[in-house]
Amino acid sequence: MAFIDYYKILGIDKNASDKDIKSAYRKLARQYHPDLNPNDTEANKKFQQINEANEVLSDPEKRQKYDKYGENWQHGEEYEKYAQQQRAQGNRQYSGFGGGQGQAFESFENFGGGDFSDFFESMFGGGARGGRQAKYRGQDYNAELQLNLRDILEPHKQTLTVNGKNIRITIPAGVENDQTIKITGHGGPGVNGGPAGDLYITFKIAPDPNFKRDGANLHATAKLDLYTAVLGGEVTIETLSGKVKIKVGAETQNGVTVKLKGKGLPVYKHEGQHGDLLVTYDIQMPKNLTEKQKDLFTELRKEGEK
Amino acid sequence: MTAGLIATNDFCTYHHVEFTFIDSLNEAGLIEIRVIDQKSFIPESELQKLEQMIRLHHELDINLAGIEAITHLLQRVQNMHEEMRLLRNRLRRYEEE
Repeated sequence: MAFIDYYKILGIDKNASDKDIKSAYRKLARQYHPDLNPNDTEANKKFQQINEANEVLSDPEKRQKYDKYGENWQHGEEYEKYAQQQRAQGNRQYSGFGGGQGQAFESFENFGGGDFSDFFESMFGGGARGGRQAKYRGQDYNAELQLNLRDILEPHKQTLTVNGKNIRITIPAGVENDQTIKITGHGGPGVNGGPAGDLYITFKIAPDPNFKRDGANLHATAKLDLYTAVLGGEVTIETLSGKVKIKVGAETQNGVTVKLKGKGLPVYKHEGQHGDLLVTYDIQMPKNLTEKQKDLFTELRKEGEK
Repeated sequence: MTAGLIATNDFCTYHHVEFTFIDSLNEAGLIEIRVIDQKSFIPESELQKLEQMIRLHHELDINLAGIEAITHLLQRVQNMHEEMRLLRNRLRRYEEE
């Protein structure tokens, strides 16, 4: 693990007084505190470092050990003894009752873990953070769930594994990309009879190659041959729920958009309501014309110029 | 009758905060306290918000006026994030073309 320069983290020199440390910590904590930087993982990481540096440097005994062993702390006999003593102490997470929404997790299997660096854990033990022992509400968990447009056509149940526990959730129909829902009580367990934290799930909806989304409406392009565009006819359109045939009026212009009512996505939290599918025609010019076709087009041009 | 409620006194003991501090947050309209049979209770739904305010107070030495200002600003930030999310999703439609 990398040696972490706590003085550098707090932006102070090695001779800094307790007052200097407190002042530097306070200033940086106000800048990077997770409650002031919600959903900012970089700020949260920085805050952990600042907190860790302060925990060590504001404690004269810990600071002395840190100053003495520095980069070679692992060879210190005293350090070993000290670390063992500290490991015997209880555990504590950074916040009192709740954990806040500060931490971002990559996957559902990745919950938990300490808030401090490996360096800190090795140097001072996992529970050497002092402070209040009382806890109440459990920690909040954050997670991401990857979906595609077809997954949100109707509400469906899915079982997720969070910290080894299976949680059955209902994914609401029509959920938006980057939308976060709260599953109350599925975060970390509460302590001293307190409620469990909450689970926050952010949905990531992958772009679809055929449909562009605008709220509950979908946009798509349909190729239309020249003859159908000019004379009218029928065209088969792909929708999320299957293929549909629609009538094409005569003299349909390129770029015209037609609306297929109710063929879009479900409207979030409005059961039975759907957006529309807006189909823009892309008229295809004929290629590799036969001589006969060329003659007919020439005739058409002459007719048009009359 | 008190399901989903936490006695304010218990909360104060666990968090080492004065009752007057919680009461001031209630007076300022930042949290909701319920009084049942002359006893004060905090709804569980208020816990997350309240704990955030206590962290700001304890860890950053922010007073009541500061907490009030921060709470309003954080609410505005959250609203802006929501608006950004909607706009970004709308923009995505054009970026994918």
